[in-house]
Amino acid sequence: MADSKQDQADKLKAAGAGKAHGHVAKGHVASGDGQTRRSFISWVVVGWAAFAACMGGLATITMRFFAPNVLYEPQQTFRAGAVSEYAPGEVSTRWKSKFGIWIVRLDDRVVALSTICTHLGCTPNWLASEQKFKCPCHGSAFRMNGINFEGPAPRPLERHKIYLDDEGIMVVDKTVSFRQERGQWDEPESFVAV
Amino acid sequence: MAEEEKKDFWARFFGSYIWKSIFRVGIPRDRRGRLMQVLSNFFLHLHPVSLPKHAVKLKYTWCMGGLSFFLFIVLTFTGVLLMFYYRPTIEYAYNDVIDLRETTPMGIMREIHRWAAHLMVIAVWFHMFRVFMTGSYKAPREFNWCIGVVLLTFTLLLSFTGYLLPWDQLAIWAITVGSNMAAATPFVGQEGPGVALLSIGNVNLIGRTSDARFLLLGDTSIGAGALLRFYVFHCVFFPLIAVFFMVVHFWRVRKDGGISGPV
Ligand code: HEM
Ligand code: FES
Repeated sequence: MADSKQDQADKLKAAGAGKAHGHVAKGHVASGDGQTRRSFISWVVVGWAAFAACMGGLATITMRFFAPNVLYEPQQTFRAGAVSEYAPGEVSTRWKSKFGIWIVRLDDRVVALSTICTHLGCTPNWLASEQKFKCPCHGSAFRMNGINFEGPAPRPLERHKIYLDDEGIMVVDKTVSFRQERGQWDEPESFVAV
Repeated sequence: MAEEEKKDFWARFFGSYIWKSIFRVGIPRDRRGRLMQVLSNFFLHLHPVSLPKHAVKLKYTWCMGGLSFFLFIVLTFTGVLLMFYYRPTIEYAYNDVIDLRETTPMGIMREIHRWAAHLMVIAVWFHMFRVFMTGSYKAPREFNWCIGVVLLTFTLLLSFTGYLLPWDQLAIWAITVGSNMAAATPFVGQEGPGVALLSIGNVNLIGRTSDARFLLLGDTSIGAGALLRFYVFHCVFFPLIAVFFMVVHFWRVRKDGGISGPV
């Protein structure tokens, strides 16, 4: 051991003292350019924090990139014709493939049933002979009014907003839905009375 | 005379500048030579220079990890070939797949790809099973088990995304069902538990066009967007990530002391 610890510290101090702003707090080892260990470490922290912030920002905008602003899906509202075009007790598949809606004329009302199975989203088929909607994916079935009674579907089919416009034509608005299990099927916008 | 010329030729060949630039060490004639050969060759260095005897026993590893990797290579090769014919659009996808079967020369590549895909999923499960049964997940291999779980996930994700590409009824409805499960993710799926907590007043932060399912499909239902997205995930994104984890996996097998042994 040629130098004692004290000798080394003195040498380093001497090296730092030559600078104009080489102010060195007691007990902090300075390198030639006035950098102390403390300032070095705080720069490292700032640097890593900045890097982490950039990466976080990048991750955020990457996720945002995956959510498009414009969708090319069928119109969410459409005119479904007059009530008289649907016979009592009829399940109409007229708008099924275009808009994903069954117009169902029940005893006292016309409703717009969603064609999306409440299990995992397949499209059930209306089986007129058995008077039920049957889903080909896992066998859920729904009655004409949309109530589930068979298979894994946990809740009834959703109904969408339906109302009469100025000319007495029914308009379906798919952006609004009504769920039986939430007690929404009696809300006035969920059906057109007959 | 001819014999001598032949010998001369090979001697000149192996002694040539080109040969020596590729193979630094000479033909291995002893253990040290073989060792040097393995260590100085990129492809051979992936393997240890020596192995415990039990590690090469089929009875112990079933070679299931190796088979998984082999199938992955088969899938990469045939998959890249399929990319030369298959177009991921609603107009073409289904017909291109039919064409691959009916008219494309060596269209059997598609069948190989599909069979290998099924086999790889099976092989990975069996590999996991044997690792479990031999207790090879125990220290010091816990971390590699976790890497393995990531690999299993990506194997299944590759299988799932590839499933949509033929664009037939089975594909569309299977992915409809599968992606609807994403809508049930806690907090980030619109029908998942906890979404109600992520709302301000009456406005839900996570909805039909902002949940995990939407990010996955790029749409509210399976359509052109989802097909293209799954294609890119399937052909580029997931294989790259899987390769990355495989590299770490294999490296860790070595660093954790090679194939585990009977206690
Ligand atoms: C893409 C999928 C995978 C590939 C290509 C792969 C490949 C391999 C290979 C080649 C080995 C060498 C030993 C052998 O062949 O059995 C290995 C070992 C190992 N794998 Fe995997 N693997 C995969 C998935 C998994 C999974 C899903 C797990 C478990 C969750 C796992 C856990 C392990 C462990 C712990 C070892 C060390 C076993 C020992 O030392 O005996 N791997 N893997
Ligand atoms: S999606 Fe209809 S029964 Fe599963």
